[in-house]
Amino acid sequence: MDVEDIELQLFVRAMQLRHGYDFSEYAPASLKRRVQQLVRTHDAGSISELNSRLLHEEGFVTRVIEGLSVPVSEMFRDPPVFRTLRDKVFPVLASYPEINIWQAGCAHGQEVYSLAILLEEAGLYERSRIYATDFNDAALAVAADGIYATREARDWSRNYIEAGGSHSLSDYYSARYDFIKLDKRLRRNVTFFNHNLVTDEVFCEAHLILCRNVLIYFSNTLQDRTLGLFRDSLVRGGFLCLGTRENIDFSPAAAGFADVDHALRIYQVGGAGARPLVR
Amino acid sequence: MTTRQAIVIGCSAGGLTALQCLLPGLDPRLGVPVVVCCHTGSADVTILVNLLGRHASLPVVEAAERAPADPGVIHIAPSGYHLMVEPNLHFSLSVDEKVAYSRPSIDVLFETAADAWHDGLIAVLLTGANSDGAQGLVAVRHAGGYAIVQDPLTAEADVMPLAGLEAAGADACLPLDAIAARLNELCLP
Repeated sequence: MDVEDIELQLFVRAMQLRHGYDFSEYAPASLKRRVQQLVRTHDAGSISELNSRLLHEEGFVTRVIEGLSVPVSEMFRDPPVFRTLRDKVFPVLASYPEINIWQAGCAHGQEVYSLAILLEEAGLYERSRIYATDFNDAALAVAADGIYATREARDWSRNYIEAGGSHSLSDYYSARYDFIKLDKRLRRNVTFFNHNLVTDEVFCEAHLILCRNVLIYFSNTLQDRTLGLFRDSLVRGGFLCLGTRENIDFSPAAAGFADVDHALRIYQVGGAGARPLVR
Repeated sequence: MTTRQAIVIGCSAGGLTALQCLLPGLDPRLGVPVVVCCHTGSADVTILVNLLGRHASLPVVEAAERAPADPGVIHIAPSGYHLMVEPNLHFSLSVDEKVAYSRPSIDVLFETAADAWHDGLIAVLLTGANSDGAQGLVAVRHAGGYAIVQDPLTAEADVMPLAGLEAAGADACLPLDAIAARLNELCLP
């Protein structure tokens, strides 16, 4: 066995035994790349050196967690997804007096604000509650601030228009120097909090769950467990939206979901047999 | 002699033309998976898959998350994601930071494929205007794999093959029209 692979296993054990984080069911290739990146970021000579600091250095685990949950996203990423949420999913949500939405793995929050804008424009925001969760506290803090580099935000206006936005994205933020700050009114019904998909349980009855490009880092076993968690969290007829290249064909729990739009990975919990309720 | 178990191919500027020349030359009996990372700059790789499928001697598909790297099939990396090969020889995707300014990155594909197939891997680095793939080629050769670099003189853009040669060297540096024949030779019994 390759020495670095042994070190990686010891890293996973150290995270588990010392800090209670379970990465044993993460897909190995990307986990290894991220840990190798951590070695470079912290000028460590090897994974073993990281392991030693993880065991002995107060607070180091926080920085490791930041490195292991690389939050890369943009507002209205994959615009057709948001357009379809608005056109096919929102009309169903509109029939509920209160709408609970869970954004699982919200990272820096770009998608939370995208969703808030879309709900606002559909006249649904007032009765919506968005639970935005992540296992990385530093990412949650960034998400709650809603401040992004202008350079990152360059494509977001175009995405917003392609997603069917009815104003101008700039109506929702103020720009200062190299940063934009999202209107804090957009988060008046948003609750940010720490939740780890690997170890934590159901906490709400949701009508829509968005979890895009998070399960791609999980093994088939953990993907299946998480899909089960989503199924148990959703009301009957509730919706699930994953990343557009995610594949749930290997998950037994996926049998509970019916396609709303297969290409865009929007599903609906349809009970036994998962007959589609919307088409 | 080592049994060759998989082929990975990386290219960027000029890549479509190069692949249209290379892929039809592969022997239809080639019993290994072929995995291609080509920077297209477009949001959807479907067009590339269809174009290449028209003349290739093997089926061309978009590499699907979690699916096995099937032998005798040409798998194309989707746009906007890094394509990786897991130790169980199934594909995985990530949206981690760009590597060498690219996502998908050839380095990421080559490095994870080298981890998965070790000395059973053949890596081919073709035309391109940046140096993505050079570090990947180092990993492939370090793992005992076989590296082919397109002769920079026959490349539409020579930055990528030159960077590959400088970083890793190669087991063979071939003109574009000779690469398919070499791959057939290496993989067929």
